[in-house]
Amino acid sequence: MSIRSLNIPVIDFVSKRKYAMIFSAILLIVSIASIGFQGLKFGIDFTGGTLIELGYDKTADLEDIRSKLESANYSGTNVQYFGSDTEVLIQLEPQAVTSAKLSSSIIRMLGEDVDVRRVEFVGPKVGEELTNDGGLAMLYALIGILIYVAFRFEYRFALGSIAALVHDVIITLGVFSLLQIEFDLTVLAAILAVIGYSLNDTIVVFDRIRENFLATRHIEPKPIINEALNQTLSRTLMTSFTTLIVLLALFYLGGEVIHSFAGALLIGVIIGTYSSIYVASSMILALGISKEDMLPSEKEQKEIDARP
Amino acid sequence: MNHYAAWKNTLIVFFLFISTLYALPNLYGSDLAIQITGAGDYIVDDNDLETINNELLENNIAFKSLGFQDKNILIRFSDSQSQLSSKALLKEKLSRNYVIALNLAPSVPQWLEGLGGKAMSLGLDLRGGVHFLLEVDMDAVISMSMDRYYNELRTTLRKDKLYKKIRKEDNLLIVSFKSEELKNQAKKIIKKDLPDLAIAEDTEQELELGLEISSTAKTTAKSSALKQNITTLRNRVNELGVAEPIIQQQGTERIVVQLPGVQDTARAKEILGAVATVEFRLVDEKNDVQTAVNSGKTPAGSKLYKFKDGRPLLLKTNVITAGENIVDASSSMDENNQPSVSIVLDGSGGRSMLDTTKEFIGYRMAVVFIENQVETLIVDGVATKKRTKTQDIINAATIQGTFSNRFQITGLDSAREATNLALLLRAGSLSAPVEIIEERTIGPSLGADNIQKGLISVLVGFALVLVFMGWRYRVFGLVANLALTLNLITIVSILSMIQATLTLPGIAGIVLTVGMAVDANVLIFERVKEELRATKNIQKAISAGYEKALLTIADANITTLIASLVLFSFGTGAIKGFAVTLSIGIITSMFTAIIVSRAVINLIYGGKKVEELSI
Repeated sequence: MSIRSLNIPVIDFVSKRKYAMIFSAILLIVSIASIGFQGLKFGIDFTGGTLIELGYDKTADLEDIRSKLESANYSGTNVQYFGSDTEVLIQLEPQAVTSAKLSSSIIRMLGEDVDVRRVEFVGPKVGEELTNDGGLAMLYALIGILIYVAFRFEYRFALGSIAALVHDVIITLGVFSLLQIEFDLTVLAAILAVIGYSLNDTIVVFDRIRENFLATRHIEPKPIINEALNQTLSRTLMTSFTTLIVLLALFYLGGEVIHSFAGALLIGVIIGTYSSIYVASSMILALGISKEDMLPSEKEQKEIDARP
Repeated sequence: MNHYAAWKNTLIVFFLFISTLYALPNLYGSDLAIQITGAGDYIVDDNDLETINNELLENNIAFKSLGFQDKNILIRFSDSQSQLSSKALLKEKLSRNYVIALNLAPSVPQWLEGLGGKAMSLGLDLRGGVHFLLEVDMDAVISMSMDRYYNELRTTLRKDKLYKKIRKEDNLLIVSFKSEELKNQAKKIIKKDLPDLAIAEDTEQELELGLEISSTAKTTAKSSALKQNITTLRNRVNELGVAEPIIQQQGTERIVVQLPGVQDTARAKEILGAVATVEFRLVDEKNDVQTAVNSGKTPAGSKLYKFKDGRPLLLKTNVITAGENIVDASSSMDENNQPSVSIVLDGSGGRSMLDTTKEFIGYRMAVVFIENQVETLIVDGVATKKRTKTQDIINAATIQGTFSNRFQITGLDSAREATNLALLLRAGSLSAPVEIIEERTIGPSLGADNIQKGLISVLVGFALVLVFMGWRYRVFGLVANLALTLNLITIVSILSMIQATLTLPGIAGIVLTVGMAVDANVLIFERVKEELRATKNIQKAISAGYEKALLTIADANITTLIASLVLFSFGTGAIKGFAVTLSIGIITSMFTAIIVSRAVINLIYGGKKVEELSI
């Protein structure tokens, strides 16, 4: 990284915000359209149903398993390899009679010599509750953050950060919908973590914008925001990079069970990094941030400066 | 400038020492073990230890150690072969006063254990096991208490012949009277003697009174049903022989059962969810079964039952004795090599059996197996509960001679059925039907896989971050790496100290923390770099870098903390594990990345004349 003079920004982010907005708008429209038309592929955590993961000594015969399930009159089954061709994942939608005993009878039917690696059964009522709780969790996280940011900064910053978060969440969900990757409880957890992460990034930028507003005599917001973005740029990229490294490790080495969890975080971190540079700051600019808006917190800043 | 007081450094070193000490137990693996616990009130003692020792030595089973732990006997083995064979051996040799369970015992050295050092407990997804969520059928509980109040109401009002008729209607007991006067009298008595019944419908003109169970009585009935079910489930789990099971209430009508390391989940499901009992009734020998079947009318005092194969039989309505009077039951093979269950009755059951068998020698007595099941059906997309009650005659044999509290039941289909029935009768019946509404089973092979993969991804991610930080920030990068390592140790030690359960998402939380924990250091270092460009004073640059970055770090971390707290309060099992490690990681990373790294930087550069920073 070349050493540059402080006041001359290297990249003029602000003037490029139109392109960014068009880019974001396209991503959002595609995401929303996909979620609207195609929907998310919800896992059994939310739909209810039964999931069985079996391990075989040799390559498993999927056709054989399918025909056995069919002859036993199970409806809505999905049989596929999971990770390798000796491991099989069987999913069943809720049957006319849902019961935890279903998995036992299927396992018995498929033979004794298989290794039962995982069984999950979620009753229809539980699935519904998990969906509600998940939605609520997302909502409460956003409200909690909104309050904190509004309290620490100013309402425009709070709106800007929430806009960035909603942007990130919708696009991450959009990718899950487009690629029809299964959306289960762990993915929901990942999305909540994305909220935390993306916000972390946005806050760092906002902090710098506020600091710059207070430190200079300029009152024009554009150069100030641009300067803050450039000052925090190497940090933003560094942190995203280290986070991406570990997520890639998790994605490739963590095993099938947390594959989509790591995937959601990967998408979220990339989008979150982009949004903290372009979306959040464009938003506060559009909302008309000015030096005067910083003044209430100037007192606070002085108190902090006065500390030994 | 850039100098920490001696006490501050000492405190940091002390803190890190404690962290390392309590993270240490996790380095020692665990032994395959068998845990032997006294069943019921029985507590294992030195004699038991002696017996077990002798048995193992006699049968040439090698073990690592044998001794007491808490109130259990723990035998450690070096291979699973000897673990399994000694379980089989002890199960055969020891009486049913003992619960024998396979277990994994952490092999933490004594001195560390003495200091309270414990390894993190592994979640079911890492060690293998079953998680069940059971829902108690509360409608059944209420309808059962309706029946009870119906009987009580009749007995109470019968004394003075107050009522004309009592009938059940939905959730109401409707009593009709002959006169206004009798009705008022009854109201007074109900208020005094049956405070659990509240008057729901009372019209002046009509001679009828509608009564319902008061809401407090309903709540009491529900909570006591839940408690009784928990007790019964605990007994059943003990019978299954599971080490460290978790059976706890969740909400007002649900029970969580977690069984680490259970292999036969099909059996666990059968046993946990079964609401089964037996009744003993005399066969009605006077009336003809076929006539009853053909006419559809059963003679007074009798009821039509069927064998499992569908053959009908008339049985007396009076029950001689039933499951609740059984104090012990065990399965075995009888003289004809047929599966059977030996029954021991309590005092009143034994007396009643003696009286009956004395009076009715030569008659037949039937054993009726009663099972209640509740399932969820999906009808037109709506989930509805379906309750089924099966009552099958499992055998009807002629009473050869008098007997009282000890006898055998035969006529069971298989040895497995006999063992299950014996177990259920021993452990007591559930007070209300339960339904498994969620199951998560992780087989032992996947558990082992998950640990291995989780560990590898933590280590690889961690190593990559270390390399990258060292390359990017030189000496400062190495300091950040030290802080990161200490952060990892601190997270592990806190998780061990609070005995939080480590799950796979928990490991993911740690991995994510590793990635994000360097953020604080990146923020600081980038700030120091900036300051260096503005000033020639290196010491001042370090100090300003740390101070200016501090607020930003705090803001950024608090918001992430808010998100993870929300995750914690809304999440179930797996998500909670992720939230716990993430929250702990955020807090510890603030300590290591800010305070510890500063202390080290101070030691390296503080108070000296520095020409250039390696950053």
